[in-house]
Amino acid sequence: MAEGVFTAAAPVRLAPKLRRVFDSDLWWSFRRSPVTVAAAVMALVIIGGAVFAPWIAPHDPWDPASVSLLDASNPPAWLEGGSWTFPLGTDNQGRDVLSAILYGSRLSLFVGSAAVLLALLIGVTLGLLAGWCGGLTDTIIMRIADVKLSFPAILLALLIDGVVRGMLPRDAQSEIASYVLITAIALSFWVQYARTVRASTLVERNKEYIQAARVIGVSPAKIILGHLLPNVIGPVLVIATINLALAILTEATLSFLGVGLPPTQPSLGTLIRNGNDYLFSGDWWISIFPGVVLAVLILSVNLLGDWLRDALNPKLR
Amino acid sequence: MPEPLLRVENLRVELPIRRNVLTAIDDISFTIGPGEVLGVVGESGAGKSLTGAAIIGLLEPPLRIAAGRVTLAGRRIDNLPSEAMRRIRGREIGAIFQDPLTSLNPLCTIGRQLIETIHTHLDLSPAAARDRALALLREVGIAGAEARIDHYPHQFSGGMRQRVVIALAIAANPRLIIADEPTTALDVSIQAQIIALLKRLCGDHGTAVMLVTHDMGVIAETAHRVAVMYAGRIVEIGEVAEVVAHPRHPYTRGLMDAIPRIGGRRQRLRQVDGAMPRLGEIPQGCAFSPRCPEAVDRCRRQGPNLLPAGGTEAACWLYDKVLLPA
Amino acid sequence: MVEPETLLRVEKLHRAFDVSPPALERLLQRKKRATVKAVDGISFTMRRGETFALVGESGCGKSTVARLIVGLYRPTAGRVIFAGQELARLRSRKAAAPLRRRLQMIFQDPYASLNPRWRVKRIIAEPLRTHRLIVNETALRERVVELLRQVRLSPADGEKFPHEFSGGQRQRISIARALASNPEFLVCDEPTSALDVSVQAQILNLMKDLQRQLGLTYLFISHNLAVIYQMSDRVGVMYLGRLVEIASAEQLFASPRHPYTRLLLDTIPSIEATGQAREPVAGEVPNPIHPPPGCSFHPRCPFAKDRCRRERPELIYAGGTLVACHAVEEGRLPVASGMLRTG
Repeated sequence: MAEGVFTAAAPVRLAPKLRRVFDSDLWWSFRRSPVTVAAAVMALVIIGGAVFAPWIAPHDPWDPASVSLLDASNPPAWLEGGSWTFPLGTDNQGRDVLSAILYGSRLSLFVGSAAVLLALLIGVTLGLLAGWCGGLTDTIIMRIADVKLSFPAILLALLIDGVVRGMLPRDAQSEIASYVLITAIALSFWVQYARTVRASTLVERNKEYIQAARVIGVSPAKIILGHLLPNVIGPVLVIATINLALAILTEATLSFLGVGLPPTQPSLGTLIRNGNDYLFSGDWWISIFPGVVLAVLILSVNLLGDWLRDALNPKLR
Repeated sequence: MPEPLLRVENLRVELPIRRNVLTAIDDISFTIGPGEVLGVVGESGAGKSLTGAAIIGLLEPPLRIAAGRVTLAGRRIDNLPSEAMRRIRGREIGAIFQDPLTSLNPLCTIGRQLIETIHTHLDLSPAAARDRALALLREVGIAGAEARIDHYPHQFSGGMRQRVVIALAIAANPRLIIADEPTTALDVSIQAQIIALLKRLCGDHGTAVMLVTHDMGVIAETAHRVAVMYAGRIVEIGEVAEVVAHPRHPYTRGLMDAIPRIGGRRQRLRQVDGAMPRLGEIPQGCAFSPRCPEAVDRCRRQGPNLLPAGGTEAACWLYDKVLLPA
Repeated sequence: MVEPETLLRVEKLHRAFDVSPPALERLLQRKKRATVKAVDGISFTMRRGETFALVGESGCGKSTVARLIVGLYRPTAGRVIFAGQELARLRSRKAAAPLRRRLQMIFQDPYASLNPRWRVKRIIAEPLRTHRLIVNETALRERVVELLRQVRLSPADGEKFPHEFSGGQRQRISIARALASNPEFLVCDEPTSALDVSVQAQILNLMKDLQRQLGLTYLFISHNLAVIYQMSDRVGVMYLGRLVEIASAEQLFASPRHPYTRLLLDTIPSIEATGQAREPVAGEVPNPIHPPPGCSFHPRCPFAKDRCRRERPELIYAGGTLVACHAVEEGRLPVASGMLRTG
């Protein structure tokens, strides 16, 4: 009889693994909290809508051919004057608000998540380097971080945005606007990841399993990537989830201020901005609905992040 | 036989977590007489620290006392409201914990901590309280007490800090002290000094001590009686000399055999295979039965209570008179 | 008879740590630079196949010596020569690899010495992968199973994570990892200090068996004299970074020479001494930043004289053991009887 459970190549069976997930403490604590479940459901709805926008949106509001001025300024369907072709009404150009929200959330989420991922990449790398190398490397990185912290995020994003705008011609700007925005937001957020990772690295570095790896003769790169990284990334993931909400909000703010995405690729923030002008003339639906969706999205992501932090806290287990 | 100072009857401590309720301490009973030193020995996870915490009312929620009673000098203390328990703590029962570094507030001078404790429990004027603090420091062997009373904890070494902690514990002249691993964090040569100090103080003041530790050597030198704990139960209890020389319970025997000693042939240490079960994995019947060389069927079905076994009491069916041959 | 070879030679080893306050503080408060001489001139040798123990209380530098020998620290002076080579002189990882293969370490804390995110089989296989000793995955798996069996764990344990094991079992996994590259020399830094007594017995027995089966040499660090009595052939007693006595285990416990060794042996709480009153020696280990001049033990030594306050004693032969003590050299010390009863 072959000794050792793992000598024969055991096919990865999904069912037992899934069962382990649903049996785990994490899932149990998730189910116990109605707020978290509600938040998850809301977030899923909005994210689902955003991802599948091209397929489920009733109209394409950015296709000039399908937009007609005759439909302009229709109120939402349940009010007088509205119709179910445009469930949430239309804006001043005749674009369907619901479709605009779906496409807009898509862009907001894309920019927000990409910014957080980029910030993670920069922050975790620098944090690991600072914590592991110590000495001059650590000092330099931390002083750069301190300098960055003295700039408010919005200001920094405005600065980067302005510089890029100045450097590039107009048409090139719209093309890469989203990428400039992503970079600007990422550069505002990386410091907290770097600090958290650096602190965890300083603690883990002196633990015996790292010393054991050094005694074995493992290369520093392998130690950092194989041993340190998995053990310091935990708290960072929680921060990242909560930061997602902040990133979306920052993008919305920048777009609202007019320095974010161009009008041809509006995100939720741009939609709110556009609708702002018409708020007092009575066409409230153009900015209120995108505003509500933005608020719900940010709230639910925040709540999920809170739950994740508490659920992963070993002291509360 | 004098009335015992502390009586613990059928104490049961539970830990509800997520979906289960785990039993951390399962129906233990013992007494401590006035001026007596009872050693509570066991390996990690046996529940000895929890016993001390339960008696002094410092169980951290969600741990809770689920059944049983604790009586101090005839008065029941396990069900007191927190304010009443707070008055008892320090005045009637003192505590010494393992780590002297975290037992003292690093931001207060030790004089202030001593005087604060004295004030809380005794009605003395500030000058009298300070005098008493100085007397206490001298009694625990801190040289230059007048100067050192205004020092901060970090200005003391580990052994000195533990002496300060002992001074705090006896400040209000309690009748019972719960000492949880008081020497484990100290060097060997300092351990001996602290043990000697504890013995002397308790002898002088007639204070009873519940000494919780995993170090059998410390118990052998300090205690009158010893209780051996395993997986939340007391498996043997008796006079120290008797338990050390003639352990009755198979676990105690295994424990005594496993302790390395100086002297004699250097042979393989007798070992007990396996490990103490964790909370939630305690087997039915006698918790030690999976590892016991003398286990029989009955051991796996039913957990024994403490039975008289010659010089000590042991929780083992070996000593059930029914089973013994006529 | 062939004389067993000298496997490890430590010559006048020094390691100092800079514990000065930060530069600004030094400037403003006129504080001086401070160094701790953790290891202050240690020399000893070890033969193949023996177990040499370093014993002392906390702060005596024994853990630092362990780390100097495996190359986690570089010496500030002196040499560590293992099998004729100096690890500290080999600059590149590639050059050091063959030496590292033969020299491994077991750590004190079973909870921190295994990466909590790695499965056990990956932990044990790490030395094999790092040194490319076995490249074939099947052969690697088989070797891991063999190692698990050697430390008396089951092959299925390879799939689990460290947190699923108790302290004693984790220490076995550490031992399996240390044995993976077939080393000759193991540095054991307090391997059982964090374990319960009954588990300690299992691990010590395992280590003895492995030594016999695989012909290992152990440098055994501990503060527990009883464990050292059971495990070691020769013992070195350390105090404040210096070796004060080196003797065979029997001699040390039967007739300890250095006053500090006697103090240590006298103060162990012992089961045999049930109920006995004992007069402990006063004093504590001094601050290592400002060690006493001359012999560092003189403030606590009942036999200290003027010379002890001025002159640092060197290790000299006295009755078959090496002792660093002026009183012994001058013949002032009465012969003590230790813990071993003869006959």
